[in-house]
Amino acid sequence: MFKAKIFVSLKPSVLDPQGQVISNALHTLGYKDVNETRVSKYFEILMDTDDFEKAEADIVNICDKVLANPNTEVWTYQLEGVK
Amino acid sequence: MRKVRFNVLTFPGSNCDHDSYWIPKIRENEVEFVWHKETSLKNPDIIIVPGGFSYGDYLRCGAIAKFSPIMQEVKKFADNGGLVIGICNGFQILTECGLLPGALMMNKHLHFICKHQYIAVQTTNTPFTHLYEKNQALDIPIAHKEGNYYIDQEGLKALQDNDQIVFRYCDENGNVDDKFNPNGAIDNIAGIVNLKRNVLGMMPHPERASENVVSSQDGQILFASIEKWFKDRM
Repeated sequence: MFKAKIFVSLKPSVLDPQGQVISNALHTLGYKDVNETRVSKYFEILMDTDDFEKAEADIVNICDKVLANPNTEVWTYQLEGVK
Repeated sequence: MRKVRFNVLTFPGSNCDHDSYWIPKIRENEVEFVWHKETSLKNPDIIIVPGGFSYGDYLRCGAIAKFSPIMQEVKKFADNGGLVIGICNGFQILTECGLLPGALMMNKHLHFICKHQYIAVQTTNTPFTHLYEKNQALDIPIAHKEGNYYIDQEGLKALQDNDQIVFRYCDENGNVDDKFNPNGAIDNIAGIVNLKRNVLGMMPHPERASENVVSSQDGQILFASIEKWFKDRM
């Protein structure tokens, strides 16, 4: 079995209003060094197979077709074996 | 002469499907609901993808709806030149499934906005707007949290160059300015068409401004435009 840890983030060129609000709140709390906050999504997917290459190919497809919107988002993943 | 046939899609979480059914119906068109699990349409001339929260807006607005069986048929219908309107969540679904370019992001100020909003008609060269005047200001309600239209600069230039921007946020006189932009949408965009001009997506709700019992009737001409477009071709 494999576990995929997937981050889907807004492209750097896309405005992140949630991140800006969080930055403002952090400044209010006194964390003046906070320069920028970007909000991302994190997914964990368990793949019930022993075939690493197949699991990886599926995860790439899942990210591309479902988890991320290619107009506004980019994605990265790690795939690790689990028992 | 036969009546114009509308199909109105319903997803789990759609909540403007009945308004989108009601308005064409009282205008004496034929209207049918089509459930998202259906694998065929009901012989439409035009499809309305209505507003709401399809699949609870899980993952992203419209992201799950694009995989529903009926959307595969809507894509084929649109690819063959059939008319499709996506309103609010319907607009989000049409961008997610690639029938329209760009994406709808969270509003710049993060609030759910529910109010009357003026939008200016930017092009009358569509089946949906040909009876309006260019630059005419329309009072059409908006109700959304993810209506902040985004497209990259190259895509924006293509929309502008190809006259694909149908509505922009404006004041009551049709002046388009950033200060009348309720959600941060790029270039004040409230609605666009595809390159073939048969698919319209818009965040405002024309079906909520098309009866005499409500305060604005500015959406009526959109429905009249569609009806005339077909009647001229039947």
